[in-house]
Amino acid sequence: MTTYSGDPPYDFPDYKSTALRHPKQPLIQVGPERGGPALGHLRPGELCNDLTKDDPLGERITVTGRLLDSDGRPIADSLIEIWQANAAGRYRHKSDNWPAPLDPNFQGGGRAVTDSEGRYEFVTIKPGPYPWGNHDNAWRPAHIHFSLMGRTFDSRLVTQMYFPGDPLFAYDPIFNSVRDPKLRELMVSRFSMDTSQENWALAYEFDIVVDRMPWE
Amino acid sequence: MSSTPSQTVGPFLAIGLPWDEGPVADPDGIRVYGRVLDGAGEPVPDALVETWQPEPATFARCATDDDGRWHVVVPRTPYVAVHVFARGLLRHLTTRICFDETTIPDTVPIDRRETLLPEEADDGYRFDIRIQGDRETVFFDV
Repeated sequence: MTTYSGDPPYDFPDYKSTALRHPKQPLIQVGPERGGPALGHLRPGELCNDLTKDDPLGERITVTGRLLDSDGRPIADSLIEIWQANAAGRYRHKSDNWPAPLDPNFQGGGRAVTDSEGRYEFVTIKPGPYPWGNHDNAWRPAHIHFSLMGRTFDSRLVTQMYFPGDPLFAYDPIFNSVRDPKLRELMVSRFSMDTSQENWALAYEFDIVVDRMPWE
Repeated sequence: MSSTPSQTVGPFLAIGLPWDEGPVADPDGIRVYGRVLDGAGEPVPDALVETWQPEPATFARCATDDDGRWHVVVPRTPYVAVHVFARGLLRHLTTRICFDETTIPDTVPIDRRETLLPEEADDGYRFDIRIQGDRETVFFDV
């Protein structure tokens, strides 16, 4: 198994923080790791897939989807963790200096475990875009960070979910670090009118695919 | 099906990933600790270290502190598999803490093997992760 060619490169000058944080030596071949933690049983902290319990400001949305392997098979009982900015584009973190308001009713982190069909659901608010110091007038498109355990330690994945039609896509080096436009689309959620709920929340769907087990 | 591409954890991973008991997977285990350092030798304060051992199945997770320090408490097995995440890493890195030298893959060049060996200390084992530069840690193509 080799690093999936669709992943971004470690050295990507447009994203300045990669400069001192990419290995310069070649990666070394190694056999597959045995097994891995799905963490469905471990429940780190309290599982909470509703980030809106305290009535945060912003546009309430649901994010639902399936966790699949690259053969299209659902991955059941697997931990999915998310974190995000609030509706104003501010993270609840000591290092976030962007002077947008913090929302006392929004923490910004959630955890869910996939069901027997690999399905998950989060209720949250749509995060705002925000500026960052990468280059002049740099703004991140709105996104939700997703952490997936997959089936094995080797199929571990952390990615970001974006929202359809974001005008910032063309300008964001992190989004564009994935060089193949078709693969970038795999990080963009779909708006779903069918599953939006009347007088309550708009719906976005986001399926996530992690590598299959290498020995199969 | 194509896999969903990787993206960086960004600087605010601490909102979503660490949990209080995350570093201590086996209270009777050994303490392994170190720093995550960048290509200038500076600490990486927004990194996350995860460890995995198949037998007994053990997973631990620790975010780095302001000095780039992390620690886990895990059973002593021949080696411990490690993932490293950070702002500036568009995909995580994978390495090994090899307590048993024979678990260093043959593919690792002789002059880089020592980067996979933990250093015995009074309070456990020290294992620094150098993402780039002098004594750069061996990372695997996974």
